[in-house]
Amino acid sequence: MEQRINQTDTASTAQSGARRSNEPTLGLESTTSPLASLRVALFYTCLVDMMRPEIAFASVRLLEDAGCKVEVPLAQTCCGQPGFNAGDQHVARDLALQWLGMFESFDYVVVPSGSCAGMVRKHYSELFRHDPDLRVRMQRLTERTWELSSFLVDVCGMQKPPGNFRGEITYHDACSGLRELGVQAQPRQLLNHMPDLTIKEMQDSRACCGFGGSFSVKYGAISASIADEKIAQIQQTGTKCVVMGDLGCMLHLEGRLRRCGDEQTRVMHVAEVLVGDYQQAAGTTAASRGEG
Amino acid sequence: MQVQSMHFKARSGQKLADQRLQANLRKLSTKWVAGRAAAIAELDDFEATRDDAVQRRSRALANLDIWLERFEQEATRRGTTVLWAETPAEASKLVVAIARRHQVRKVTKSKSMVSEEMALNRALEAAGIQPVETDLGEYILQINNNEPPSHIVAPVLHKDKDEVSDLFAKVHQKPRLTEVNQMTREAREVLRPHFLSADMGVSGGNFVIAETGSVALFTNEGNEGMCTIVPRVHVAVTGIEKVLPTLEDLAMVARLLPRSATGQSISNYFSILTGTRAAGELDGPEHHYVILVDGGRSGLIGGDFEAMLRCIRCGACMNHCPVYQKVGGHAYGWVYPGPMGSVLTPAYVGVEKTLDLPQAATLCGECHVVCPMKIPLPDLLRKLRERQFERGLRPLGERLGLAAWGFLARRPSLYRLSTRAASQVLRWYAGAKAHLRHVPGAGAWTEHRDLPAPRGKPFSVQWAQRKSTGHSPR
Repeated sequence: MEQRINQTDTASTAQSGARRSNEPTLGLESTTSPLASLRVALFYTCLVDMMRPEIAFASVRLLEDAGCKVEVPLAQTCCGQPGFNAGDQHVARDLALQWLGMFESFDYVVVPSGSCAGMVRKHYSELFRHDPDLRVRMQRLTERTWELSSFLVDVCGMQKPPGNFRGEITYHDACSGLRELGVQAQPRQLLNHMPDLTIKEMQDSRACCGFGGSFSVKYGAISASIADEKIAQIQQTGTKCVVMGDLGCMLHLEGRLRRCGDEQTRVMHVAEVLVGDYQQAAGTTAASRGEG
Repeated sequence: MQVQSMHFKARSGQKLADQRLQANLRKLSTKWVAGRAAAIAELDDFEATRDDAVQRRSRALANLDIWLERFEQEATRRGTTVLWAETPAEASKLVVAIARRHQVRKVTKSKSMVSEEMALNRALEAAGIQPVETDLGEYILQINNNEPPSHIVAPVLHKDKDEVSDLFAKVHQKPRLTEVNQMTREAREVLRPHFLSADMGVSGGNFVIAETGSVALFTNEGNEGMCTIVPRVHVAVTGIEKVLPTLEDLAMVARLLPRSATGQSISNYFSILTGTRAAGELDGPEHHYVILVDGGRSGLIGGDFEAMLRCIRCGACMNHCPVYQKVGGHAYGWVYPGPMGSVLTPAYVGVEKTLDLPQAATLCGECHVVCPMKIPLPDLLRKLRERQFERGLRPLGERLGLAAWGFLARRPSLYRLSTRAASQVLRWYAGAKAHLRHVPGAGAWTEHRDLPAPRGKPFSVQWAQRKSTGHSPR
């Protein structure tokens, strides 16, 4: 394992040294941007992989539309957050190393989840605080790791998303993306550029939905009761669609909405909304769930 | 105070089912959160103020022993007796001994969380001395069978006006009142004779100031002066971490404490108490004591949890905590609730007695965002989870589950196979349904919410298929 990582490291150091001079400038329009010459990897996350594959397809679509050449390494598993938050530093370090081996050769890694991107960006380096070399390598890679909507806006300079979405939505700021990465304006900026979409803000979009990873199963009753506060706020907006950027929170809120008898309110990932019509045209909706 | 934190789960269940409590806790997310936000906005530069205050607190803690000794010298020079207690129980004994030395029969008390650590009222009663709580919230709790506070700033936050009306009518044996003003007046009438007849007053100490040997107190009801200035003897009890080197440090921290705590620019009363009554002075105590309590604090110095010593007990972390907002303070089972309590309680009373506390957090991070002392509470909670894990204190099922997940996640091909299998099983189980009400083995999830079914084969499978068949991966 160690050896393989070292090999990739040599390759990537050479590359990134050459590349530093032609880093993409912020605010560039897409298509012919220098992004096309860069290798962008999608870390689709374990939850999206299994539960909502269409979010990963939508992410690819958005990145390509922004002018990126997207690659999807299929040997990826999990960022390690469940182990890290459970206090198992050992597994967290192993998975961080695995992650480094997988993504170090890429120019950017994009993640359709604020909490997985937060895990990588905020916690990976500190896991190797006693190993200066690895810490530096981690830091270099984690600085190139982005949550999807912030990557589209802050790095790609995307103005107008490719899709169209008709109707009113409300946006929930999932905690890790918001507080660890400062993702708040970017998704709204993109959504506001969709002409047929209206954002109706809830009373406190920053409040936690009560998911909290393993918290949701260890303290299910508290978790559900926090969700109920959020749901009340969503319903007060009168919209039938809540949008966010984290699948854990989505599954938790959707599950709680349905359990409480709300079959109407859709819970959507921001990537799904941003690709809008494209996604419907591609047919990757609930209807295709039965196949295979 | 007896540790009850091991009952967190059972207690939090009761609290969730208590509709009245739920309604009372709602004022946190409405009134308290908004109050702080407005007060913070008054500052020209909140972030710079906060950075400065953090630096000042850190400076004090970096040389804690030196500043404490300086405090002792300066306070002693001004007639104050400074005493040291290694444990809260020792501190209680000191207070009782002081009371005996001065033939005290009645003690009026201003609000103090350290005195809760000390279980001081019980110790005084056992010694035949009558303690009278004079902070309105603490008074309400005392006449309600010595109920413990549920919040470090607003001890009676869990009660509403009607509950207090009933309690007053019962205990005061007077007609039931409904107006807050009338009720406060009634409490004042009860407390006034106690103020005048008490031989000794006990207060906490928000800070002690090294350069002047003073005790600084932030309060809102005026009862504090009646406890610290009127009686012959005043005893202040506080933690050793509460020392600030200079009055200037105090001025800076004072810009943050009331704003973060109650959303006030400054508390109604702000006292700096220095020494005993000097010749020719009209008021102040004849005897002044400060008891500095360790109670586990020195154990945090130089370790992973040292940042916790910066805490100025404003309560902002709990006011903004989604879990505290739902279960209230009593569920946490000791003196300090909410995020700061979930770090302090294990640190002070032991990790093994408080297994739920660091786990019962969503790690949403809002406590860190609002903390005026920038204490990285989510990181500290996670560090406590590490301690639990390393010491094998987590339940077997959890450890096995984590080990199995770790085994798979370290093996990408096996992981993909298992994801594929799990997805297939869930989709088969769901049939035409989009949501599952029950999933064998996932009862902890489905007890409270449906599980959305996977929407199609895993992305990794679909992507590999599309790549190999040359279809555009859209």
